[in-house]
Amino acid sequence: MTNSWTDIKNTDLVIVMGGNAAEAHPCGFKWVTEAKAHRGARLIVVDPRFTRTASVADVYAPIRPGSDIAFLMGMIRWCIENDKVQWEYVKNFTNAALLVKDEYGWEDGLFVGYDAEKRDYDRSSWDYQIGEDGFARTDPTLQDPRCVWNLLKQHVSIYTPEMVERICGTPKDKFLKIAEMIGECSTPTKTMTSMYALGWTQHSKGSQNIRGMAMLQLILGNIGVRGGGMNALRGHSNIQGLTDIGLMSNLLPGYLNVPTEKETDFETYMSTRAFKPLQPNQTSYWQNYRKFMVSFMKSMWGDHATAENDWAYHYLTKLDVPNYDILRMFELMNSGKVNVYFCQGFNPLLAFPNRGKLTSALSKLKLLVTIDPLETETARFWENHGDFNNVDSAAIQTEVLQLPSTCFAEDEGSLTSSGRWIQWHWAGGTPPGEAKHDTWIMAQIFLRIRELYRTEGGVFPDPIVNLSWEYADEGEPSPEELAKEINGRALTPVMDATDPTKTLVEAGQQLLNFSQIRDDGSTTSGCWIYSGCWNEKGNNMALRDNNDPDSTGAYLGWSFAWPLNRRILYNRASADMAGKPWDPSRKLMEWNGEKWTGYDVPDIAPTSAPGTVMPFIMNAEGVSRLFSRGMLRDGPFPTHMEPFETPVPNVINPKIVGNPVARVFADDAAQFGTSEQFPHVATSYRLTEHFHYWTKNNAVNSVLQPQFFVEVSEQLGEEKGIKGGDWVRVWSNRGSVKAKAVVTKRLKPLTCDGKTVHVVGIPLHWGFIGAARKGFGPNSLTPFVGDANVETPEFKAFLVNIEKSTAPKEGPVA
Amino acid sequence: MNVDLSRRGFLKLSGAGVAATSLGALGFGEAEAAEAAHVRAFKLTTTTETRNTCTYCSVACGIIIYSKGDVRDGNADIVHIEGDVDHPTNRGTLCPKGAALKSYVKSETRLTQPMLRAAGSSKFEPITWDAALDKIARAMKDDRDANFITHNDAGVPVNRWTTTGFLAASATTNETAWATTKVVKALGIAGFDNQARV
Ligand code: SF4
Repeated sequence: MTNSWTDIKNTDLVIVMGGNAAEAHPCGFKWVTEAKAHRGARLIVVDPRFTRTASVADVYAPIRPGSDIAFLMGMIRWCIENDKVQWEYVKNFTNAALLVKDEYGWEDGLFVGYDAEKRDYDRSSWDYQIGEDGFARTDPTLQDPRCVWNLLKQHVSIYTPEMVERICGTPKDKFLKIAEMIGECSTPTKTMTSMYALGWTQHSKGSQNIRGMAMLQLILGNIGVRGGGMNALRGHSNIQGLTDIGLMSNLLPGYLNVPTEKETDFETYMSTRAFKPLQPNQTSYWQNYRKFMVSFMKSMWGDHATAENDWAYHYLTKLDVPNYDILRMFELMNSGKVNVYFCQGFNPLLAFPNRGKLTSALSKLKLLVTIDPLETETARFWENHGDFNNVDSAAIQTEVLQLPSTCFAEDEGSLTSSGRWIQWHWAGGTPPGEAKHDTWIMAQIFLRIRELYRTEGGVFPDPIVNLSWEYADEGEPSPEELAKEINGRALTPVMDATDPTKTLVEAGQQLLNFSQIRDDGSTTSGCWIYSGCWNEKGNNMALRDNNDPDSTGAYLGWSFAWPLNRRILYNRASADMAGKPWDPSRKLMEWNGEKWTGYDVPDIAPTSAPGTVMPFIMNAEGVSRLFSRGMLRDGPFPTHMEPFETPVPNVINPKIVGNPVARVFADDAAQFGTSEQFPHVATSYRLTEHFHYWTKNNAVNSVLQPQFFVEVSEQLGEEKGIKGGDWVRVWSNRGSVKAKAVVTKRLKPLTCDGKTVHVVGIPLHWGFIGAARKGFGPNSLTPFVGDANVETPEFKAFLVNIEKSTAPKEGPVA
Repeated sequence: MNVDLSRRGFLKLSGAGVAATSLGALGFGEAEAAEAAHVRAFKLTTTTETRNTCTYCSVACGIIIYSKGDVRDGNADIVHIEGDVDHPTNRGTLCPKGAALKSYVKSETRLTQPMLRAAGSSKFEPITWDAALDKIARAMKDDRDANFITHNDAGVPVNRWTTTGFLAASATTNETAWATTKVVKALGIAGFDNQARV
């Protein structure tokens, strides 16, 4: 989230699209209710289903799963056509005025540079014209046909309300009603907030869905202001933190990157990370990349990371492919190329697509290790449960170790909320039986491997035997020790950058925040964006001052928000070019003639006068991007793409299947279904009473929602002879599930490109373990393909068929 | 007497069936005090309150855990969990998931000991922590030594291990995440991911 949960009360208009906050984030949605009750805010919901969020909306519009880009581009077109643009914001705080290279273009659904063979674009033309001064060329009058604004106008011109209706099935009158409501928020004194979740990410073009709304929000001037923002409602309680700390194949902590093979040494790696400002006076904060990287390496390898050995650069893995993400790992596993696999608090047998492939892949492992507080289907993938897990145990040679870990109530440490608040918690209970903290488990595994390398030697032991592991008890690092390591400290005295005679931090002391991180080896910092979380003042994540001066919803004294305790990102954009708040009644930051003051921690240097440093300091341009250059693989603007399994062809270019640059493995491509065999669109979702696959272990939640069901419209029920409570079978080209049918008015058939499209809704909370009745998940059916940029699987739009059926059979294990 | 008593403090005081004198100080008559004295002690009076956050979603609602016993003595038993009224986001409220957190902690399918499923077997059998950890370390070392790629064909050091993979969680602490990152990245495991991917 760019803003926080408590900030939502400041909004005038909420759009929930790509999410269902009332059911999936109930206590956060309370702030929407607050805004409605106390500010007269209105709520728009755009969703394939009439959800509980929709039930309290002022306007609800249906949309076909997987068609959001067309809707969003249509909205941008409408705003431009009708002059619903926050012009001062757009001209100054976005790249609208920057000129794009002449070679860039878009035709027939594809951008310039497409290579069908490689399924990739050559993105070199998707960039600015650079002038002789090294800065991007601009036309502040927005007259130049090559300026971003004019290219955007041209790009969205095809998405008329009629086209939106044709692609999305959203009735034109609903679309126009919503457009008018959204358009009102282009004035500087009205704001809209966007709340979205996996309804936008779980698509083969998920990143572009989000881009679409971000662009709309920029055009309306709604980023960086109170009650505005792009608010990704993250899923699990520490999904945000695990991403921030970089637990991904291609990331290091704080959004640094794992090097690739092409980056043969540290200087080559750094050479593409200079982040020279593209406009005069701009901060381009990533210019500090080297400091963050060197300090991360010092946190990892201490004295073994030196200037002479490139800070141990070669201890790091170099990637030969963009990503060893989950989908690739299961693909490799299924080809017999993975031997050992760990699942720490993760239940992939239900969480990834195409369960048949997952079972086959897990069966080829030598050893599977699960670390979890609860039983999981993954740990028992080899156990026969009749129709619910129909496997031949004797034929599966995988050894499985199931390790019991503690849960939230028994451990201490911090979790990062969706609003980036890093909140500390304490242990309230003693772990059951022999369950152990994850930190103990990781330390024990590490110490044993290190011992083996010390005594036996082996292949490249250096990064293992030299890993910095200085804890009071090597066998169980304490949360405090680890948190301090994340924050970072001075190894030798850190001097003031402007006055080298002045010591800022004594050796051994915690750094105040990331402004003190250095690239000369004098500091450590495990995750630079978290720096400030535990400094010499103590554990700032544990702060609990819930005062909120003037009721802005900022709560600066409650926990610690990254970065630098900032609550609303890009907050300099809350004020106009002169530094006056756009909306005096919703002041966030203001220039007082000398410095920025207000309710939040300013995003830019506090003494940067208005008109110099622009608000988007992480971008080399200093401004936000309506045109995202070559940052995303599938285009600098979002363009309509169908899901890989679609009921209607891509109306812009029927030859384009799915996302033309998404990675598809051959065996998965062969398993895509067609609309002839599988005429209905299916989508997955969560229920209020359940949380993924955890609460089915919980007796209370299992009583509240005991049984797997699927939802169909009354029309589809009639067509198929299905009544509420009937058993039905739903199948795709990859698998089949049986469920109770809920025949509902919440789903209605849509008309897309002249064709009637039925949507089948499939909730995701059941499996074959736990207190609830046995059931299935949508992942038995979904395609094994991910987003072209981040590989998030396409769970939200796929094709199925459905028929009346009989009850599934229980297996030998009751 | 000017007693500044919070709701919780009052419940504690009255529920504990404390001496009639303090109830008298609150303005209770003797009859009420006598009544209070034989009422069953309020369940939460002798418990320890611990601040925590809901484990489920990223709204990150504040909760208070009530337990008997002491975590430091290894005998803290959780008897109740409720929303933290001081928390700015949830202000004491919880959704149907958060409200049932205690049943997660006490779930019958909580794991309590390491288990091993042998190749081809149809059941789990107990194994000691030592044996389990030794087995893991051995399997990883052997696999790493056999399959670790130190250099690519061009002779560039790549230090990549792709035959062992690690999926990290989504509800563990940042401190666990950091410890996990250190170990996994130091080993050179390329297939490292977490639930944020889905
Ligand atoms: S109580 Fe509900 S809304 Fe609050 S964090 Fe837990 S799951 Fe989310």
